[in-house]
Amino acid sequence: MGNDSFDSEAGSLGVSPDEVQFRFRDDEVADHGTVTVDACCDQTNATAVRIEPGDDARALLPFLDRLALVEVNFPTFGDGRGYSAARILREAGYTGELRAVGDVLIDQLSHMRRCGFDAFAPDKRLDEEDAVKAFATWDNVYQSAADGRKTIQELRHE
Amino acid sequence: MYKYDNYDQQMVDARVEEFRGQAKRRLEGKLTEDQFKPLRLMNGLYLQLHAYMLRVAIPYGTLNSAQMSALGDIADKYDRGYGHFTTRQNIQYNWIKLEDAADILADLSKVEMHAIQTSGNCIRNISSDHFAGATHDELVDPRPYAELLRQWSSFHPEFTYLPRKFKIAVIAAEKDRAAMRLHDIGIQIVKNDAGEIGARFFVGGGMGRTPMIAPMIRDFVPLDQLVTYAEGCLRVYNRYGRRDNKYKARIKILVHELGAEEYTRQVEEEFAHLLDQGVEPPRPELERLKPFFADPPFEDGPKTVDRSDPDFALWVDRNTHRHKHDSYVSAVISLKPVGGIPGDATGEQIRTMARLAKQYSFDELRVMHTQNIVLPHVKIADLHALWTELDAAELGAPNLDTIEDIIACPGLDYCALANARSIPLAQRISERFDKSGKTAELGELKLKISGCINACGHHHAGHIGILGVDKKGKENYQLSLGGSEAEDVSLAKITGPGFDEDGVIEAVETVTDVYIAQREDGERFLDTYRRIGMSPFKEALYGK
Amino acid sequence: MKILTGNDLKTGAVVWWTGNDWSIYVDDAVDVGDQAEEIMAREEAARRVNVPYSLDAEREDDGKVRPAHIKDRVRALGPTVRPDLTLKPQSPEAIDWVI
Repeated sequence: MGNDSFDSEAGSLGVSPDEVQFRFRDDEVADHGTVTVDACCDQTNATAVRIEPGDDARALLPFLDRLALVEVNFPTFGDGRGYSAARILREAGYTGELRAVGDVLIDQLSHMRRCGFDAFAPDKRLDEEDAVKAFATWDNVYQSAADGRKTIQELRHE
Repeated sequence: MYKYDNYDQQMVDARVEEFRGQAKRRLEGKLTEDQFKPLRLMNGLYLQLHAYMLRVAIPYGTLNSAQMSALGDIADKYDRGYGHFTTRQNIQYNWIKLEDAADILADLSKVEMHAIQTSGNCIRNISSDHFAGATHDELVDPRPYAELLRQWSSFHPEFTYLPRKFKIAVIAAEKDRAAMRLHDIGIQIVKNDAGEIGARFFVGGGMGRTPMIAPMIRDFVPLDQLVTYAEGCLRVYNRYGRRDNKYKARIKILVHELGAEEYTRQVEEEFAHLLDQGVEPPRPELERLKPFFADPPFEDGPKTVDRSDPDFALWVDRNTHRHKHDSYVSAVISLKPVGGIPGDATGEQIRTMARLAKQYSFDELRVMHTQNIVLPHVKIADLHALWTELDAAELGAPNLDTIEDIIACPGLDYCALANARSIPLAQRISERFDKSGKTAELGELKLKISGCINACGHHHAGHIGILGVDKKGKENYQLSLGGSEAEDVSLAKITGPGFDEDGVIEAVETVTDVYIAQREDGERFLDTYRRIGMSPFKEALYGK
Repeated sequence: MKILTGNDLKTGAVVWWTGNDWSIYVDDAVDVGDQAEEIMAREEAARRVNVPYSLDAEREDDGKVRPAHIKDRVRALGPTVRPDLTLKPQSPEAIDWVI
């Protein structure tokens, strides 16, 4: 998956803050209004939710089947809780869109991708060329994560 | 020792290129300093008091002579002719230019070295016993496990923006030479009742402004679950460690606030979940790593030295450590010459040490957290020749574990965080005790000096600790007694009001006098302190 | 007086604001009065300086500038334990000025 391509057309839809600039999915862009994690647990029809850094991603596990979009907000790029939230959802089998929103910058893209994010809606549009390079930073990886890539240790012992 | 394969090399090379791009974007203004800072820190690049400083990783403190030699060359080529060995078994350079940094990383990668994660809120360079694989008293060599964890922790996608920095130490002996329980995670490789090897986990130790000794949270993790267990520890921390206050963000605060029992419960729950997620590297990987650390071809030879030269005999007594092969010792090169700067070495000295390692120690060196260098496998028959060369290079100070063997952080002479200078104190104290001849009389005495509350000089763990503080714009020093980072770990207690520079040096003299007057047979300073308590020292320092 | 310092972005060298440029010599520093924030914002945005900050200092009778805090005096001179690497390698007494 390291060399998969993304659909940067999504980015041409507009420049408002919530627009998706990079997307690694073939399905339609989920365009549902998101609700908070609390609201999602209370109301049975929500299909899109936004996780804030202090939220427990595991609270969503009973509802994964009906969710088409989970946004994980990064109010500041240095707050790394969203990486755990993303992996937890993927480990639980969530296959819908997992979108990183907020203070999403070039140099965090490769790690976000590894943790299972497949859509990116940065507050500020990113330089396309720098981003393409950033997604392709690692030819191989040391850890097993949510992207299903074979680890270096696995490759060594094939 | 470990040798990179193409994958490892690729990872390091990819990082060099990534950083080159990041530095370029910073210089072009595409990255603000706020955005760039965590990125440069994760490549060991600080902005210090006088310039950029680059910290180079020396994984578990082990390096070969080509690597050591390259470190000397970097000191000469990019810095001002010297480097500083640190309390995390690394080396740092004080006068680096941002525009050179990527080139330095490229030079390092040619000898399988890097500066990855030597700073930043991520898992730092993994430290270990500096006598690993050489000492007579270890269960196994801890370094294959440290290497397994090095790979796991390098560029970990989930744990790159932790609440705060994260330090791991791995040992495999009852003797703790790595301050294991003063780490975020301390791992001791142990054998259980069934005779199996596994890992004992201690979590939530640390120094800094709130020193804590790590409680044990699991007495035995099977080796084929080691990485998974560490991942569980980290995930709980990443999710619940405090991010509202950087001074309360280390894992020790989380473990303390939750209580060790509750933290353990959460880790166990996460661990049970992760066991099904394929986190653990395949078992053959550990088996692949072990042979890299196999014994070199030791040969039998003389087991004693000619002690007719008293200077040599003193150095042998003080600066060598018993080896697992009785014809060898581990020899310690002191980087604490009397009046010198603890941990500093010139490019020339670094290359000399590299050459001597090649000649006398199967091409291998270690960096100690006490800022000295070890030649781990020296034939007893070669000791005199080695010592002669060390002495000529001003590397022969016979003062390991004495009051002259002071740990000192760079302090206000170099560090942007410091409140007071540390190095001048170390210089004056070593000169004073050398001159008075009291060093020998005092025996083992660990003096550690930090120039600020962050405790890089490990003052909490000193038999005698000194902490520099800022008192209305003046340097002031607090004295503390009774700390230890070894297997008898304890935290030092402050004696009372602080002193100025001259005063604290007098105070060190005073407490050593109390020790000499009160000690019983065979007691170290620390033992006497533990027996008689703080009061007699306080009285001597401050009167009744 | 209020003076400005920071590090050169490329080289990391300690620099002081002279009124129209940055100098490695603290004695070139000028009083910025209430202009500190404005100058720092402009100079940092132009990447002529990195991580600037303002500090108190006094101009001594001989015209030399003495930062109020010891940390800035260490920055101004260099490491006191390596006189050879300071800006005044020939004047060991400069160390006393720092302390």
